[in-house]
Amino acid sequence: MPLMGPPHADEPTAFAHSRPGRRASSLPVLDVPEVDPAGALPGVELADAPIALPELGELDVVRHLTRLSQRNHGIDAGFYPLGSCSMKYNPRVADAAAALPGFRDLHPWAPDSAAQGTLGLLWDLERWLAELTGLSAASFQPAAGAQGELTGLMLIRAYHEDRGDARRTIIVPDSAHGTNPASAAMCGYDVVTVPSGPDGLVDVDALEGLVDGQTAGLMLTNPNTVGVFEVEIARISSILRAAGALLYYDGANFNAICGRARPGDMGFDVVHLNVHKTFATPHGGGGPGAGPVVVSDRLAPYLPGPVVALDGETYRWDADRPKSIGRLHGFHGNVGVLVRAYAFLLALGGDGLAQMSAKAVLNANYVAAQVTGSLPLGFPQHRPMHEFVVTGASLRAHGVRVTDLCKRLIDLGFHPPTNYFPLIVDEALMVEPTETESRETLDAFAAALNQAVAEAGTDPDLLRAAPTTTPVGRLDEALAARRLRVRWQPDGG
Amino acid sequence: MATPDDLRYTQEHEWARADGPRVTIGITDYAQDQLGDVVYVDLPASGTRVEKGQPFGEVESTKSVSDLYAPLTGTIVERNETLESSPELVNADPYGRGWMVVIEAEQPDEVGGLLSATDYQELTGS
Repeated sequence: MPLMGPPHADEPTAFAHSRPGRRASSLPVLDVPEVDPAGALPGVELADAPIALPELGELDVVRHLTRLSQRNHGIDAGFYPLGSCSMKYNPRVADAAAALPGFRDLHPWAPDSAAQGTLGLLWDLERWLAELTGLSAASFQPAAGAQGELTGLMLIRAYHEDRGDARRTIIVPDSAHGTNPASAAMCGYDVVTVPSGPDGLVDVDALEGLVDGQTAGLMLTNPNTVGVFEVEIARISSILRAAGALLYYDGANFNAICGRARPGDMGFDVVHLNVHKTFATPHGGGGPGAGPVVVSDRLAPYLPGPVVALDGETYRWDADRPKSIGRLHGFHGNVGVLVRAYAFLLALGGDGLAQMSAKAVLNANYVAAQVTGSLPLGFPQHRPMHEFVVTGASLRAHGVRVTDLCKRLIDLGFHPPTNYFPLIVDEALMVEPTETESRETLDAFAAALNQAVAEAGTDPDLLRAAPTTTPVGRLDEALAARRLRVRWQPDGG
Repeated sequence: MATPDDLRYTQEHEWARADGPRVTIGITDYAQDQLGDVVYVDLPASGTRVEKGQPFGEVESTKSVSDLYAPLTGTIVERNETLESSPELVNADPYGRGWMVVIEAEQPDEVGGLLSATDYQELTGS
C-alpha cells in the first residue's frame, strides 16, 4: 500500500505500515553475556513472545503522525468558533516560556530552595488572578474547569460545616453548563434548578422563592450561557447572602469580562478560571488544562494544600493548613499550563487584558449583526457579550436540523460552532469568535453561515449529505455512542 | 407529530395508557423528535416505587440527557428490556415497541387527571 498520498486520502494504521525487522535505529552488537530473564527475575510473570508492535523506520513514523495531524482541525489550521470554549490563538511566546529549562526540567520533588523561580511565579500568578477576580487567594491544583467546580463546591461545604451549619442544596440555572449540576451532585448536594425568564436571564423572583436555610450556594456563569450579562447580579447576590448562602462563579465565560468587571465585586466568594481557555494553552485535544480556584478571605483557610507562602524574600510550600479540604491533584497542578497563563498575562498587561475582552465582545457582536438576519438570536432582548446563541428552528421547515447546518460549515472550511446548547434555546447554535480573529475571517465565516442557511431552502440534501470534503463523512453518532469502541483491535472488530 | 387520542399525556412529554390499574408509560413522538437519536434508556428495576412528578429514569440522546418523570404514583411491574439493546425503538415507534415501563398505579384514577391528546397538542403546538 502507498505510504504517501494526498492530504485527504485514507491513512492506514501504523500496523499496516509495519515491515518485519524495520527499525528507527540500530543498536550495536551485544558485547555482554546474554541473560535469561526467567532466571534474573524469579517469580515475575514474563510474556511468552514479544508484543506485536508495528515495526517502522523513523521517517515512516514522522510522516504517519504528520498526516494524521493534518486530518485534525485546530486553531492553528483554521477558525474554530466553538461557543463556551474560547478557542483563541495561543501566542507562541507562552509556549517558549513554558519550555525554558528552569521550568520544564524542574523535578516535582525538588526542594523549595531549588524551586524559587517557579514558586515565585506561582505566588505572583496568584496575585494576578486575585486582582482580576476581586478575590484574595488561590489554589492551582485543579487540573481543569470541572475539577475546579468540584473544588469550589467542596470549599463551600467545608465553610458551612465548619460553622456547624451543614446545608443540603445547590441552586443551578436551567441554562447552566452540564458540569455545574454534575459537580454539585458529586459533592453530595441536592440540585435545585432555577428557571430562566423569557429574556434568557435568571428569573430572580423564582430564585427568591427557592432560596432557604438549606441553600448552600448558587452556581452562576456571568455572562450566562446564552452570552448575556446577568444585569440583576447585585440583587441575586444579596438574596443569597441574606440567606447565608455563597455564590460560585463558573469562569468558562471570563473572557467576556476579564479586566473590566470582577466576580468578587459582584458578590461571588469562589471562582474557577479555565486558564487554558482565557489565557494561553492550546486546548480541545484532551488536555492538560488548569482550573485554579480563587476565593474570598472567608474561604481561604479551606483551600487545597499546600499553598505557596512567602517568608521575607523566600518562597516555600505551606502545608500547615489544618482546615484545608486536602489534595485534589498530585504535586502542584499542571504547572506548565500555569507558566503559559503567567506569560500571557505579562505579555498583555492590565490594559491589554481589558482590550482582549472588549475585542472578544466586539467580534461576537460583529458576526451576530451579519447572521441574525438568517438565524435569529435565541433571546433578542439583550445584546450578547463574547458569544451569541441563535436558533435554527426555522430550518425544520426544510427538513434540515442545526446538526446538518454544522456539517455543511465543515465543507465550507470552518469548525462548527457549539450546537444544541444551551438547552433552553430550540435548535441552538452558539458562536464564540474570540478576540484573536481578523475582520476578514469573521466576514468569511458569516458569509459561509448565511450561505448554508440559504442552501437549506434551495438544496437541503446538500446539508443533509455533508460533510463530503473530509477524510471521513457523516458519522453515525448514535451507533458510536451505543457501541463504544475505544481501542484498535487487530481484526478490526 | 402523532398524538394518539386514546392516550393521556404529561407536561414533561410522557404518555400513559391505562389497562385497569396497570399503566404503560413511554415518551411522546414530539419528545423523541426533540431529543434526536436515543442512544441509552435507564429504567428502574421491577418492584421500584415511583412517585407522581418525580424522576424515575433517564433518556440519553446524541444531544442531551433528560429525566423521565412518573405520570402517577405506583410500583414498576414491568420494564421494556428490549430498549437496552435497541434504544432506537424510542425514535422509531414511541407509542408501540418503544414503551418504557408498566406501573401498577396506587390510585388508577390519577390517569384521568393527565392531559388529553388535544391539551397536549396545544402545549407543544404540534
